[in-house]
Amino acid sequence: MIAIVDYGVGNLFSLEQSFHAIGAEVTVTADKDVLRSADKLLLPGVGAFGDAAQKLSDTGLAEEVVAQANAGKPLLGICLGMQLLFDKGYEYGCHQGLGLIPGEIRPISEVIPTGLKIPHMGWNALTIQKQSKLLQNVQDDDYVYFVHSFYAARCTEHTIATAEYGAMLTAAVEKDNIFGCQFHPEKSGRVGLEILRAFTEMKV
Amino acid sequence: MITKRIIPCLDVKDGRVVKGINFQGLNDVSSPVSLAEYYSGAGADELVFYDITASAEGRGLFTEILRQTAKSVFIPLTVGGGINSLADFDRVLKCGADKVSVNSGAIRNPDLVYEAAKRYGNQCVVLSADVKRVDGVFRVFAKGGRENTGMEAIDWIRRCVDNGAGEVVVNSIDTDGVRGGFDLQMLRAVCDAVSVPVIASGGAGCIEDFIKLFNELPGVDAGLAASIFHFGQVKIQDLKKEMAKQGIPARI
Repeated sequence: MIAIVDYGVGNLFSLEQSFHAIGAEVTVTADKDVLRSADKLLLPGVGAFGDAAQKLSDTGLAEEVVAQANAGKPLLGICLGMQLLFDKGYEYGCHQGLGLIPGEIRPISEVIPTGLKIPHMGWNALTIQKQSKLLQNVQDDDYVYFVHSFYAARCTEHTIATAEYGAMLTAAVEKDNIFGCQFHPEKSGRVGLEILRAFTEMKV
Repeated sequence: MITKRIIPCLDVKDGRVVKGINFQGLNDVSSPVSLAEYYSGAGADELVFYDITASAEGRGLFTEILRQTAKSVFIPLTVGGGINSLADFDRVLKCGADKVSVNSGAIRNPDLVYEAAKRYGNQCVVLSADVKRVDGVFRVFAKGGRENTGMEAIDWIRRCVDNGAGEVVVNSIDTDGVRGGFDLQMLRAVCDAVSVPVIASGGAGCIEDFIKLFNELPGVDAGLAASIFHFGQVKIQDLKKEMAKQGIPARI
């Protein structure tokens, strides 16, 4: 069973439905016991880094997620949920992340040319950077749906795919049992469902 | 490179798609769920559901079909029509909408865009503006294009973007339904005024109209249309192939 961590940010309806669509057993929960008994964890997130990090920490769920991840349980972060996996985020100040993947979350305005619209929103092509478990069914130039204004910087070692938007932006990361997608697989049609399926079926 | 988006729009009344839709191979041509699945498979980049119901009962049906659609369609869904309050945002977001488009609701309550953007994020709030030339000036119209608000359109759009609208749908009443092409002059004026994504609506009659739109106005991010897709005059796959051939980024 996959547990979607419900810490009070964003709307989890589509995400939950996308797992139903691939036949995976899923539950949306804020209960630590359920997180402990789950086979895999999914960390969603919409909104601002600091606010989300605070909520995750206030609910005590941050500690639980980190403990489970360190014990080897597969964890997939999506969008802001991926960003929270990193050491820190620079959105409205500097905030601590979960520190599960080295790197930091910086504004994309620092690396893309002026004139390009922010957020980076819409369908963009993936460039696979290295072999991975998460993107095993994905090919170069498969399109996925992005909405973000910040990106994961200084994490080349764990970047498994990038998307070109005036700069090569981190699109997906993988470090042992920790996975992340900057884009929304639950809104990325067939390609997105394949990624969720790979996560659901992988043995770690 | 980010692609230009192609967006079919479905008008829904009492839970059913209105405007005759002429598709082969669909069992129920007025079922929003079947149509959404069809368009998702046909390469639509996003879907807009527009609720034209007036009654509370119809609104409930709309919310239910939205929920059904979000169970089987995994591309972005935008919902508009009858959005007048944060409670309306909440109602449709809980049922699977990703973005909410406001039109008359924002005209009646100028704080709505700001409040919604603050609560749900700018990316969630789409301003939809019905614009028509009156004595050579772009004016904003309300109530489905029936009522001239007297407001200058570019100024109105800029104000809403400053208040947090993350995207703008520009529907030209002048070109809507004519099928003579998008309103490039109006769209250019909007692109020059704002830096958020701009979605062109009103006037598409054929594939070339989209090609011309994206070639002449690189600032436009998406093209939206209804009946030409519903009646099959333009097939989304053909449109996207032609875009790719002309060097316009498209998701195929």
